[in-house]
Amino acid sequence: MSSIKEVLTQPLLTNNPIAVQILGVCSALAVTTSLSVTLVMCVALTAVTACSNFAIALIRHHIPGNIRIIVQMTIIASLVIVVDQILKAYAYDVSKSLSVFVGLIITNCIVMGRAEAFAMKNPPGLSFLDGIGNGLGYSVVLIFVAVIRELLGSGSLLGVEILTLVTNGGWYYSNGLLLLPPSAFFLIGLFIWLSRTLIPTQVEKPDFVISPNTETSGAH
Amino acid sequence: MSANNDSIQKTILVAVLLCLVCSIIVSTAAVSLKPLQVQNKLEDKRKNILAAAGLLQAGKSIAEQFEQVTTRIVNLQTGAYATATELAELTAAGYPVASFDQRRLSKDGNYSAALPGKEDPASIKRLEKYAAVFLIEKEGQVDRIILPVHGYGLWSTLYGFVALEGDAETIAGLGFYAHGETPGLGGEVDNPSWKALWVGKKVHDAGGAVAIDVVKGKVVAGNANEINQVDGLSGATLTSVGVRNLMRFWLGERGFAGYLANLKGQGV
Repeated sequence: MSSIKEVLTQPLLTNNPIAVQILGVCSALAVTTSLSVTLVMCVALTAVTACSNFAIALIRHHIPGNIRIIVQMTIIASLVIVVDQILKAYAYDVSKSLSVFVGLIITNCIVMGRAEAFAMKNPPGLSFLDGIGNGLGYSVVLIFVAVIRELLGSGSLLGVEILTLVTNGGWYYSNGLLLLPPSAFFLIGLFIWLSRTLIPTQVEKPDFVISPNTETSGAH
Repeated sequence: MSANNDSIQKTILVAVLLCLVCSIIVSTAAVSLKPLQVQNKLEDKRKNILAAAGLLQAGKSIAEQFEQVTTRIVNLQTGAYATATELAELTAAGYPVASFDQRRLSKDGNYSAALPGKEDPASIKRLEKYAAVFLIEKEGQVDRIILPVHGYGLWSTLYGFVALEGDAETIAGLGFYAHGETPGLGGEVDNPSWKALWVGKKVHDAGGAVAIDVVKGKVVAGNANEINQVDGLSGATLTSVGVRNLMRFWLGERGFAGYLANLKGQGV
């Protein structure tokens, strides 16, 4: 059984859900154009992962194996609807810019992945912390991507102008590419590269090794 | 996991109980938060209306600021305000003045009609029969007329408000509250410095035709139609064309032209 500290800190870098497990990339592309929206998304996802882990771990001894995925989905979907409703009531502007992506937390692989891989086998308290840890791991990557995208794409952070744009009479020509989804791919790629360079144990062994050419006469 | 978990009875029991608990949680959240959400939606719309008219003040409650605004329903076919009978009918059909949902109305077969392609430059497909306009009066005179507009840009339908001054001729402001144009290119319709270009432009040319225009590139200074023209958005030709088309449509004959003419005629 993993210790509390490990469960919380492992997912931050060493076993990051996005960088190492490559889960939940889809929403990382969509909601990272501005930092404030990203922060809300991170909080929403962390809350859903933690609560769904808790609920699933609580009833893990009673979930029939053949409908376990449906049971997990039902719990996750209910939590996501509740989060969506709360956002619409208390943070209307942010919920408008997150639009459909709050609902899509349901399909975020991190939530489902943690439910199936961790919460089904561990007690509720630890599963709750695992959810928080993985939510934070997701947040680390999202915030990294969002800071770069908002700063270089719109010249601001949290909506406060830092690099004055040419369109507002300043000097900074915004990089439009950073506001489009592909840029998040590049940034996440760079993040994965960075984290695997710093922590070499993350590098997977190749599935197979290409054997050297046996005949050298035909080679150019 | 014990083996008896997989028995049919246990499976059905767990499924039923889970659904019951989840549905109670979800419906409690939905019902208890509904009033706040409705309030937010209304406030957001009012904020956009005030912002389009350039009257939005930060730090003051929206409800208080909106008190100066009168909402009227206009019959787009006649150009007159909806009569008491029409209003009663609309209220009965679920479109009361206070929360007039024009977007829903434009999809309602009873209150809208399909627009044939040729008469539909803004690509809105269906035209509603009634529209909500917002008036701000100062000293008994109409000071601002705020009209809802929408039309297709490059990727999406842009929804917004255009504010006219009391003469129903000079543009006092413009703002889109919903669109899905490319950020940084077409999305610049939200840029305050671009929106400021609209202020003071005239809707009609000297001949009385709707001539408001978004030109490609910069407006040539000193040309005959300068007063009708706004700079296009660079890198967003199709969004610019979309904005021009929707402005011309809504200020034109199928849109609010009749209403604006009536308003001018009355001299209010």
